[in-house]
Parts: sequence; C-alpha cells; structure tokens
Amino acid sequence: MKNLPILFLGIFFTVAFSWSGLILSSQIQYGGLTPTTATLDEDGNPTPGETLFPRMASGQAEQGKLIYIREGCMYCHTQQVRPQGFGADYERGWGPRQTVPRDYILQDRVLLGTMRTGPDLADVGGRPLTRSWHHQHLYNPQITSPGSIMPPFAYLYEVKEIEGAPSPNAVTISPDTEYAPEPGFEVVPTKEAEVLVDYLLSLKVDYELPEAKFTE
Amino acid sequence: MSTASDIVEPAQPQVAREGVYGSRSAEERVALSVIDNSMKVAGVFFVCCGAFWLLAGSFFGFVASMKLHNPDFMAALPELTFGRVRSAHLNSMAYGWANNAVFAIGLWIMARLSRAPVRHGGLLIIAGVMWNLAVLVGIRGILFGDMTSVEWLEIPTYVTPILGLSYALIGVWGILAFHYRKSEHVYVSQWYILGAVFWFPWIYTVAQMLIFFAPARGTVQAITNWWFAHNVLGLWYTPVALAAAYYLIPKILGKPIHSYYLSVLGFWSLALFYNWAGVHHLIGGPIPLWLQTAGVVGSLGMVIPVIVVAVNHHLTVRGCFRQIWNSPTLRFVVYGAMSYTLASLMGSLMAIPEVNVVTHFTHFTVAHAHHGAYAFFTMVMFGSVYFMMPRLLQKEWPSATLIRIHFWSCAIGAAIYVIGLSVGGWMQGLMMNNPEIPFMEIVEFMVPWLMSRSLAGVLLTIGHFAFAINIAWILLGRRVAEPKVSLTKKAAA
Ligand code: HEC
Repeated sequence: MKNLPILFLGIFFTVAFSWSGLILSSQIQYGGLTPTTATLDEDGNPTPGETLFPRMASGQAEQGKLIYIREGCMYCHTQQVRPQGFGADYERGWGPRQTVPRDYILQDRVLLGTMRTGPDLADVGGRPLTRSWHHQHLYNPQITSPGSIMPPFAYLYEVKEIEGAPSPNAVTISPDTEYAPEPGFEVVPTKEAEVLVDYLLSLKVDYELPEAKFTE
Repeated sequence: MSTASDIVEPAQPQVAREGVYGSRSAEERVALSVIDNSMKVAGVFFVCCGAFWLLAGSFFGFVASMKLHNPDFMAALPELTFGRVRSAHLNSMAYGWANNAVFAIGLWIMARLSRAPVRHGGLLIIAGVMWNLAVLVGIRGILFGDMTSVEWLEIPTYVTPILGLSYALIGVWGILAFHYRKSEHVYVSQWYILGAVFWFPWIYTVAQMLIFFAPARGTVQAITNWWFAHNVLGLWYTPVALAAAYYLIPKILGKPIHSYYLSVLGFWSLALFYNWAGVHHLIGGPIPLWLQTAGVVGSLGMVIPVIVVAVNHHLTVRGCFRQIWNSPTLRFVVYGAMSYTLASLMGSLMAIPEVNVVTHFTHFTVAHAHHGAYAFFTMVMFGSVYFMMPRLLQKEWPSATLIRIHFWSCAIGAAIYVIGLSVGGWMQGLMMNNPEIPFMEIVEFMVPWLMSRSLAGVLLTIGHFAFAINIAWILLGRRVAEPKVSLTKKAAA
C-alpha cells in the first residue's frame, strides 16, 4: 500500500464510525431517560402523585453493592431478565417481566453480567428468601444448597464465643451439620455481610414501566 | 505423533543453514542486525515480563478453575475468592502477558519492516517498567479488594491513568519506527500494527471515561464495556497476531504471500466489521433492539476478513507441510492461524440469536474466549518469540525438547479446554432454557466439564514452564556462534 493518508483516515474513521454508531447514538437515544410512573397521563408525562420508578437504592444497599463488586459476584450472576420467548428467564421465576434500559438509570455501576453459573439476581429480593436464608447461604452455600459451587464467604462472618445470651443476629445453623460452630460459639455477620444482604434484598423488579408491563 | 524424525528441527532451520539473516546481501544483513540490536534490550525485557505474567496468570487461572468444581479449595483466603482470582487471571494474561508480547513482537516487526532501528531504547525500557509496575499494582488491587467488577477493566481506577500514560510512551515507538522508515513499500503487517497502535489507546480511553471517570447513564455503560472488551481482542491483539503471521509465514517459507489484494480486503473488512461486533454480548439484554441487530450484522460481517485471511494463508503455505512442521515458529503460528479461522467463524455463529439464546451466559462463551485469546493469539505469540529471540540475542534456543514439550502440552491443553467447555457449555445452555430442569441439577451437571478445564489448565501450565525455562536458559546460556550440530543431525536422521 502506498497511499498512506487513506490508511490513516481509514484507521481513524472505522473506529469513529462504530463509536458514534454504537455508543454516541445510544447515549443520545436513551442516555437522558428519567424515572417515571407505571402509566403516563394523556400528554405522555408521568402521572402526578404516583411513585416514580426505578426507586433510589437505600444507603445500606449501596454499601452492600460495593461488597458485591469487591467480591466479584458478577462473574457468576447476571442482573438482567430476558423477554419471555428468549430463554427461560421468566419461566424460571427470575423476574415478572423483562428488564429494560430505564431499570438501570440510577445505578452508578451497571452489573448486567454475562455468566450464569448461578441464577440471575435482578429480582432476587422478590423471591421468598429471607435474610437468615441469605446469611446461611453466604456463610456456606452447602448449608442451603448442597452441591452448590458458589464459594463460601465465611470471611464476612465472625465465629465468636457466646457471651451470656446469643446475639440476636447470629446465623442459625442447625447443630447437627458439619458447618455449625463449636458448642458455645456462634456465627455473627459482620457489617459487610449485613449490608450485602440488604443489597440482595433490595434487588427487585416489582414495578411496571410504561414500556415494560408484567409478563402475562 | 512425534517420532524422532519429525521432531522440531534445530531451533531455527534457516539459522542452522544460513545464519540468522538467511541468504540476504551483506548490507541488508548489517542493516537488519543493527535493527535487531536496537530492539535487543527492550525486546528481551518485554518477553521476560510477559513470561512472568504468563506464569502468574496460569497460577491464578488454575486456582479459579479448581474452585469451580471444588468450592472449598483455598476458601478461607478472601484474596483468592473466585471473583477476585479469576479477574486477577484475566488481567495478568491480558495486560501482563498479552500486552508485553504485543510490545515486543509488534515493535520489533514494525522496526524490521520499516528498516528503521529503534531509537532511544532506554526510554522505551522506562516506559515498559512503568507499565509492568502499574499492572502489578493493579493486580494487587484486584486481589486485595479494589476490583471494579467491569469485565476486562477490573484494574482499579487509581492505576489506569498510569497504564494509559506508559502505554502512550510505548506505542509512540511503533509510530516513530514507522515514521523513520527507509522502505518505500508498506507491507500488510505494518498496516495491522499501525492500526493496533492507534486503536488501543482510543478504545481504552473511551472506556475509562464513559465507565469510570464520567460514567454514562445506565446500560450505555454496558455497551461501552463490550465495545471495548471485544475490541481489545479484535483491534489490538488480533491485528498484531495477524501481522506476525503475515510476516513470519512467508519469511520462513521463503515465498511471498499469496495475494496482495486479499490482504487489503482482509485488513479493511476487519477494521470495518470487528468493532461493531461487541454488542452481541448483550443480545436479549436491556438495550435497544436495533443495537443488538447492529452487533449481529457486525459479527456476521466478520466472516469476510476471516475467510479472506484463511484463504490467503492457506494458499501461501500450500505444499510446505514439512517445512511448517520442522520450524517451531511455524508450528505455533499455523496452529494459531487455524484457530483464528475456527474461533472467528464460531464467534459469528454465536451472534445469531437462535444460537446465542443457548450459548449466552454459559461456559461456551468462556471456551470461545480462550479459543481466540489463547489458541489463536497466544500460540502465534509463542511462535513469534521463538523466532525473534535468537535474532535479538544472536544465540540458538538451547533446548528443542523444551520447545516440543511446550508445543504439545499447549496444543493438546488448548484443544481439551475449548472442546470440553464448548460441549459442556452447550448442554448447560440447553438445560438452562428448559425450565423443567431445576437449577441445581445444571450446577451438578457442569462439574465434570469444569474438571476437564482444570486438566487442560495443568497441561497449559506445563507448557508455560517449558517456555519460561527455555527463555531463562537462552539468556543465561553461553553464546553459540555456530548452530548446534547435534540438533541438526537429530533432525536430519
Ligand atoms: C463461582 C460462582 C459464584 C459466585 C462467585 C457467586 N455465586 Fe451465588 N450462586 C452460585 C450458584 C452456582 C448458585 C446456585 C446454587 C446455590 O443456591 O448456591 C448461586 C446462588 C446464589 C443465590 C441464590 C439465588 C436463588 O435464587 O436461589 C444468591 C442470592 C447468590 N448466589 C448470591 C451471591 C453473592 C451475593 C455472591 C457474591 C458475594 C455470589 N453469589 C457469588 C454461584 C456463584
């Protein structure tokens, strides 16, 4: 090749092209989305007086998200529900509807994920899993889900001697399993484990948006 | 399989026969040796750092792999929990091994083809030290709790500006070598390397800005993320590996590349299509449908450059099987080039929604990533290092046996890796799409397939050790002016 200007321009424009085609145009198309109500009024504006969705996350949940990021839960869990008819996300109970761009607009860091070694968690807070179930599971997944390959996060818990009465937030682990602490000891969640569970419980797709109604 | 007669020949056939610079004129030899000499310290430095990261990355990868079928393995150490250690693996391999390999091979080929010695190699080393220290701090950050959980960009943001700066100082050498070129013709390898040198800083800066420093809203981040992550492979590693293949295959076989026009077509269609393909990682996800379609089209378009390159290489090497087999460099490079064709065609298939609905979110994708980044890119880089080092050091590789061990364990290991996880991943996807099958059943079903990956990992690691030992040996070993007779005899037998 002798025509160097063409080479340089080509190198520049091919990437400029995809950058503007994929990123800039999405930013223009929906980078300005704002929270809205489940249904719109006749002018197409949010209905006054109704709740705006998505909701802001609580401070606790935001702190828990930092633990989720730090531990890399994202590498085994997605947070996106695909539409019915594309995969079995709906049938598996991973969410009452598909997730759409507006669901993510209040998140500083979007954790869609690309791997489902474990189940999708976009709506894990909507499942009948209690706080104490989550603590047992995070302390050692074998307690709730024998055969799981999810790593134990026991280092987010403290095993300590019971002083007087057991702590109110101690993790209930049946004494006849091998995961139970020594007699006289208890497993207590650290602050990090508590906020992580707050975060998990806050993950819910329990609202409709004008562009995304619950799947029938 | 390998018998005494089809073993790797003297480490470099033409080294043995005609000296390092082949049958060139005396002036050309002097010119090339001046260029090689100007890259010597920097090239060796990058190769050594690359080998270090390759071993570190193998260790992290092995730990991560073990944990996926044996979650209690080293479970007490927070630093080695799965999410962190797999990210340490990826970043050691990508920014540690692969980038150092690109710096060494890319700059060297550029300098050689431009007939321009690398000036001020000392500054290049300083930039290289900076880069590697930054990667080290970054990996430490990942392990000790500062990971970002953004795929391919896990290194904490307090390190990334330094990475960017040291990259700029390294990349500019490629441009300088090109700028001072003495050759009039610009060869296809030079286009690829020039492209890569410009593309990488661009995509890296955009990704850093739009994801961390001035985050875009919502899933625009995810689009940026996959535009970047796919392009690192497509517009940075792939072009350099293709440049190496385009440089080494004709050079070692001693015949020109089959078609100049196919090379042109291959280059431009890659530049055009590859960078649209990344969004196929978000098919079915919360992004507008037309974007997903763009990703599918871009991915299908990739068939063109892939077939073109495959045809061009195939027609070049046709009839030279023996020579390929005897040259350690070509063994690796041709294995890599064939993997490129296969992996890329698979990639295009995987973007078709009917296929994607099965493979997405499964280990099939992991297999595919290693097919591209390992069986293609890394194998080509191994081959290139086997070619470059004797020329930089004016020494032979001390051990053909180690090269053979390296080739076979990596060739077989990569095959087991890709086949095992592809088959397992495909089944995983089918099961996941059938809501009758409880999730735990899928988890348990995957365990044997995940074990096959650990086995593959052991094989790959053995190969990496053979590679590293040979590098240490050639560096420390005595200078051998004459080719080793014993090796030549063995091969001739
Ligand atoms: C190695 C992959 C892996 C990692 C890393 C991982 N998980 Fe899991 N997770 C799984 C698997 C597999 C399951 C399904 C079996 C089970 O319930 O343990 C699961 C299940 C879950 C469930 C139950 C979901 C349901 O609907 O039953 C929750 C909640 C969960 N994980 C949270 C987390 C959190 C929080 C983290 C990070 C601190 C994490 N996981 C890290 C693999 C992983």
